[in-house]
Amino acid sequence: MRRRNGPLFWLGMGALSLIFVGPLLLIFLTSFKSQSEARTVPPTYLPQEPTLRAYDVLFFQDAASPVLRWFANSMAAATMHALLVLFVCSLAGYALARMEFRFKNAIFSAIILTLFVPGFIFLMPNFLLLDKLGWLDQIWALVVPGAAGAFGVFFMRQFFLGLPKELEESARLDGAGAFRTWWSIVLPNARPALVTLGVLSFLANWNDFIWPIYVLFSPERLTLPAGLSRLQGAYTIDYPVVMAGAMLAAIPVLALYVFVQRYVIEGVANSGVKG
Amino acid sequence: MAVTTQPTGFSSGAEAAPGGRRSRGAPAGIHGSPWTPYLFLAPFLLLFLTFVVLPGILGIWISLHDWDFLLPNKPFIGTQNYADLLDSESPQFEPFWSGMKATGLFVLISVPFLVVLPLLLAILLNRRFPGRTFFRALYFAPFVLGVAVVGLMWRYLLDPSFGMVNGVLGALGLPDDTPWTTAQPWAWISLAGVTVWWTMGFNAVIYLAGLADIPAEHYEAADIDGASAWQKLRFITIPGLRPVLVFIVVTTILASANMFGQSYLITKGGPGDSTRTAIMEITDLGLSQYRMGQASAMSYVLAVFLALISLVNFWALREKKS
Repeated sequence: MRRRNGPLFWLGMGALSLIFVGPLLLIFLTSFKSQSEARTVPPTYLPQEPTLRAYDVLFFQDAASPVLRWFANSMAAATMHALLVLFVCSLAGYALARMEFRFKNAIFSAIILTLFVPGFIFLMPNFLLLDKLGWLDQIWALVVPGAAGAFGVFFMRQFFLGLPKELEESARLDGAGAFRTWWSIVLPNARPALVTLGVLSFLANWNDFIWPIYVLFSPERLTLPAGLSRLQGAYTIDYPVVMAGAMLAAIPVLALYVFVQRYVIEGVANSGVKG
Repeated sequence: MAVTTQPTGFSSGAEAAPGGRRSRGAPAGIHGSPWTPYLFLAPFLLLFLTFVVLPGILGIWISLHDWDFLLPNKPFIGTQNYADLLDSESPQFEPFWSGMKATGLFVLISVPFLVVLPLLLAILLNRRFPGRTFFRALYFAPFVLGVAVVGLMWRYLLDPSFGMVNGVLGALGLPDDTPWTTAQPWAWISLAGVTVWWTMGFNAVIYLAGLADIPAEHYEAADIDGASAWQKLRFITIPGLRPVLVFIVVTTILASANMFGQSYLITKGGPGDSTRTAIMEITDLGLSQYRMGQASAMSYVLAVFLALISLVNFWALREKKS
């Protein structure tokens, strides 16, 4: 701790920064290259003749790949999913943290137990359930099933356990019902936890890959990650276009991350210590 | 309002029942009607029963049938799907076990790096220096990207002929013709390397939280005793991180055993079928060919394997503590 950090330390920090950020920078630059420049040997790093061709193709030229539609689908699905998670998990987490009722321990144990069950065993049966519900190839396939995960409930319960009880008790004494208290006293005080859980849920849904590639079929229903993987078509890959698409998927989450990185990192850190 | 409905007659109704003094099932203290807690739980429980409990059972049911999604007839065949996985004559035997082998290899190759490198990064970031929060956020950044972005970008960067990884190596005077995605062992090295790049920040952040809980006095005492950096790591840091280490090892093994997107996008399962993981076999069979009975049986066998490995880990890593 008291040791001075010499030039070697800063050299290491710089090298690590290059390793973690450099590749992103390279594909960002590649998205401004022509298709042939993206395949030169040895590769160029800065685009020699910068062009917006890739973005033009991505947004306007390829009717079979409605990328802006995929972007809107991803945004809608991730937003609705995050709101649904916040709603059901802050209600259930509050009951499990603050209320006494029959079967409370059994219910909580059953929820926690599923944290240890790997997600892939649900792939086939949930596909069948979505088929029965008529939700295949629908946005609901992306929004709803994932909100049944145990993490959010556990996370909110832990937060509510650490919240002082006095505020709620005085609200109750003033005659507020349980739902009123939850809505107007508890939730406003839970803002940091709600932001963290909301952002983590949004990111997970925006980034999800294995589920949308199998439950969505129509080109206009795809999410960005599912659509992008189809851009790597059968014939020669147009790399600047694919990289422009990757940028389109990366920039919203990176921008969100810049604003709320503290919440994201603390959320992750807590998942390890408390988990 | 709710208070006035208290049938027990406590004047305030609040703070009257600390820790279950009241009999179970009685009106829930300050929370009014005994149904209130269930109303709070109902939305989540509805989702939980529909999309977790029901499919968990339905999956077993499917695995006991010759369940082809596209055929009307789905005859019950008992444990035949499981028996087929052990019968080297059956057509499922070879793909399944080659997928299991690929998954096992990826776990063995990737997990040591995913456990050790983030620890070193966390120790580095645990020093006090200006911009610490900034660098921590920077190194964590790749983790917020999805596997689709990570897979597509590295597939391009690792291209054997015009990829920039070979380009940079060539510029440094190193071999510039490594077949990163098209020959072994390079394909495994690439997939493990990409996964380290992508998820290293996640484990590092969890280590950092654990490091913050180790009292600084331990290190100060070690300094006075003239302990080397290695001795401090060996006798203070690692024992202090034991519970975090258990968490990291178990979750990292599970995450690596779930590997799908990286090989789907970067190597497409190749060269040959060498990087086709168990999850790729399962999703291809179950969700592309719709042979869901076989695929469900495979997924339960893989799940049991993973549960056993997790139990062994908990046991092995806890043991040394006492």
